[in-house]
Amino acid sequence: MQSKLIFWVLTAVFGLFILFLYGPMIAIFILSFQGPTGGMTFPLRGVSLHWFADLFASSRYGDLGGAFTRSMILGLLAMIITVTVSFFAGLGFRRKFRGSGVLFYLAIISLVMPGVLTGLGIGTLFTTLGLQTNWLLSGLGAHLTWTLPFGLLIMFAVLNRFNGSWEEAARDAGATRKQVLSQVTLPILFPGLIAVALFGLTLSYDEFPRSLLTVGTKNTLPLQVASLTANVTTPALYAIGTLTTALSLAVIVVAFAAIALTGRKR
Amino acid sequence: MTPNRMSQLSVLPFTAILIIFTGLPLLMVVLLSFWTFDGLEYRPDFTLANFAAVFAAPVTWKIFANTLRYAAITWAITLVVGFTVSFYLVFHVRNLKLQIGLFLLCTIPFWTSTVIRMISWIPFLGREGLFNTGLMQLGLIQQPLEFLLFSDFAVIITYVNLFTLFMIVPIFNAMAKIDRNVIEAALDAGATGFQILRTIIIPLSRTGIALGTIFVLTLVMGDFFVVRVMSGGQSSTVVSAMKNNIDQMYYPQAAAMAVLLIAVVLGMVATILRVVDVRAELAK
Repeated sequence: MQSKLIFWVLTAVFGLFILFLYGPMIAIFILSFQGPTGGMTFPLRGVSLHWFADLFASSRYGDLGGAFTRSMILGLLAMIITVTVSFFAGLGFRRKFRGSGVLFYLAIISLVMPGVLTGLGIGTLFTTLGLQTNWLLSGLGAHLTWTLPFGLLIMFAVLNRFNGSWEEAARDAGATRKQVLSQVTLPILFPGLIAVALFGLTLSYDEFPRSLLTVGTKNTLPLQVASLTANVTTPALYAIGTLTTALSLAVIVVAFAAIALTGRKR
Repeated sequence: MTPNRMSQLSVLPFTAILIIFTGLPLLMVVLLSFWTFDGLEYRPDFTLANFAAVFAAPVTWKIFANTLRYAAITWAITLVVGFTVSFYLVFHVRNLKLQIGLFLLCTIPFWTSTVIRMISWIPFLGREGLFNTGLMQLGLIQQPLEFLLFSDFAVIITYVNLFTLFMIVPIFNAMAKIDRNVIEAALDAGATGFQILRTIIIPLSRTGIALGTIFVLTLVMGDFFVVRVMSGGQSSTVVSAMKNNIDQMYYPQAAAMAVLLIAVVLGMVATILRVVDVRAELAK
């Protein structure tokens, strides 16, 4: 009797939390379809795609297309590098090696250091060395300081469930080191690597504080959107939100579908 | 090749990238905090003037106190909410598929833009926002509540909205590893629900709580954008003050403040890691 009550109270709390989590987002999705005369709050004055069209037609929003392209390229590069580098780092960390403790703490520092400070350090380092900050080098590096430690932590979790004796068996059967890697380790860890990829792509695509002082003169999408929050006072802002969120959701769906498919093959 | 060498080779790219983009920049910030700024540009030097200026300004202590206050309040709320949600999912949702589905529902926002999620609160909390109009229509208030937007309230609610999932994920993982037999045994021995919570579930979730705490504290302490936008520029934290310094090219002062902040943050994280050996627990 009492546990039934607790169950329903907790269910209600959970429901409220989900509402709290999604409510505001759902509100801006609805508001992004505001009619041409509508404002930034309810009520809706008609339903239209006016503000979406305005994003593409007007030059008021700066170089949104360019910012999006740059963020996509950065995200994909960060994804590829994060998957490859954290995969090997994770394998390396299975054994204690000289310097492993220090390296682990460097990864933790990278994760917890306030992003603006990482950016400040990278930015001034570049200027001091006489280099220009630009999104493809200092920007990408800044993103990696965020995606790589995450990738490593996920690799730890993934490798927890990985039994080293499978590799052992392959080696005993005469497989070379390369064959073990490509035919045993990699296929078994594949679903986990998709998770790492998903993190790499989305964390970079949405990265904001580390990008501020490192991307140089060309903005990434989150920077562009952040600067628009200060001066765009129309539902166009919400239309941007709807578009980027829809894209993020599409990426998640693709990633989970891939995990489910590769998981089922075995 | 020895196993030691093999491992070192395997982590080499990871090490190189982190040294170049975290290690050296961190060192750069520390160096920069000793440089001088003559009003036009900064140049190498060894002066303690930046630290002296930072320590002497009463505003420094104010913004540090403010930052810690935001961090403490956000931490307390996200911990209670995160723990409750994880507890519900792990121990009250019996169906495993449903449990994973609901857990994913909690984590999906993590993969969407924080900037967008933050501005979502503006139409909600404003003078003519959903919250105020709702309350007015219900007849609960006559005047719109002014404190909802551009206030500490707005800052905290945005932090909680953005960061609670950083609590949920590690606590959920820790709780999911708890052996159900231990709880069964405690129940058979006559333990009450509260005793089980206090002596089994909370202690065994400590790795998750520690990890979540590290995430939430460092995210709040590193933020400047939420506080700038959601407080309407009325409140500042260490990083937002630093960002102002940077915008005015006062890099060395900003760096001195940064060094202080990094010292505080790393001190906190080190303390937590000392109490709970996160690395050993993760490997379990």
